[in-house]
Amino acid sequence: MSLTREEMAEIVARDIPDGSYVNLGIGQPTMVASYLRPGSGVVLHTENGMLNMGPVATGDDIDPDLTNAGKQPVTELPGASYFHHADSFAMMRGGHLDVCIMGAFQVSAKGDLANWSTGAPDAIPAVGGAMDLAIGAKQVFVMMSLFAKDGKPKLVPACTYPLTGKACVSRVYTDVATFAVTPDGVRVVETFGTTAEELAARLDVSLI
Amino acid sequence: MAALEAVEAVQDGDTVLVGGFGMAGMPVELIDALIEHGASNLTIVSNNAGNGDTGLAALLAAGRVRKVICSFPRQSDSWVFDGLYRAGKIDLELVPQGNLAERMRAAGAGIGAFYSPTAVGTPLASGKEVRVIDGREYLLEYPIRGDVALIKAHKSDRMGNLVYRKTARNFGPVMATAAAVTIAQVSSIVDSLDPEAVVTPAIYVNRLVVA
Repeated sequence: MSLTREEMAEIVARDIPDGSYVNLGIGQPTMVASYLRPGSGVVLHTENGMLNMGPVATGDDIDPDLTNAGKQPVTELPGASYFHHADSFAMMRGGHLDVCIMGAFQVSAKGDLANWSTGAPDAIPAVGGAMDLAIGAKQVFVMMSLFAKDGKPKLVPACTYPLTGKACVSRVYTDVATFAVTPDGVRVVETFGTTAEELAARLDVSLI
Repeated sequence: MAALEAVEAVQDGDTVLVGGFGMAGMPVELIDALIEHGASNLTIVSNNAGNGDTGLAALLAAGRVRKVICSFPRQSDSWVFDGLYRAGKIDLELVPQGNLAERMRAAGAGIGAFYSPTAVGTPLASGKEVRVIDGREYLLEYPIRGDVALIKAHKSDRMGNLVYRKTARNFGPVMATAAAVTIAQVSSIVDSLDPEAVVTPAIYVNRLVVA
């Protein structure tokens, strides 16, 4: 069986080393927070200026001055800190964040990431912090379905969508397999409901 | 100072830095005063390009903005910007969020330009000088200066020292340094703040508005 989104989030959470400073991208990556082991010491960073961000706020805890990168109300955990935007992005660019988890339209065999624009001529472009995160964090983990709705692979020899960052992705977590992007090529770490041979037949990327 | 009096510093054609990340930290009362003031042909620098129909979105809807420099214009509730952009009535300079912050920081700190690794190899690198430093590629980025900055802080003292509240801080401290005139909207002006806790020193703040 292929993985549900919840199961994918659980697997990503398992691979985050204890004590890491982690940024979770908007959308599916935010689900990873629910699966971090209590006591893991993982500290969540949000680009709009906070470390030790807590879960989404509900009821009386909602404070319009306390939001995450997706502009949802969130909470603060003990040991939280606030800082301005230039500091927040210096944390990324300066290599202080251990892991960043993002969604993607495509990832290339060399770890190029495309996740901000489909390049459609009538689209209004918006990039936010994606390009800063892609090149800033020590490790970039991507979470995505391996195949698009039309069946085309999203792990590709070279991205056809506009790039977010070059050679920046280290791991790709998908519904049917986890891949490591290494200097020697793309390695299959684990498969779910399929085999490496079956995947090799469906992908244009050679697997090691 | 009254908001309308404070924003008289803004002239037609100015570049105005507007704080906020979505609605958190957005100086809505100052923007409303700017709409009433009537300055036009403005360049707005802000992370987003307006949400819903209030604040920055209302300024755009009033037809006062020629160009927006921002990182994330497209949102579920950015219909005002979307309509103007599709109609060709507004220019957009899309800047990665960290470069946006750092370009304003550079302006405030007197840095002539800097090399950033963000956006190398992407469409947003178009036209920018590439420099290889210690084997890594960087892009040359220039400062963004404002004629006026409109920011929202939590409290100030009578000197104009500012403290902020939670993630509403966001771009405020950086924008305060990067404009010729900085106008801060605060919820209250108190007799004194703990000097150790001041985030924006008063040297960067020119006008205070309680709102």
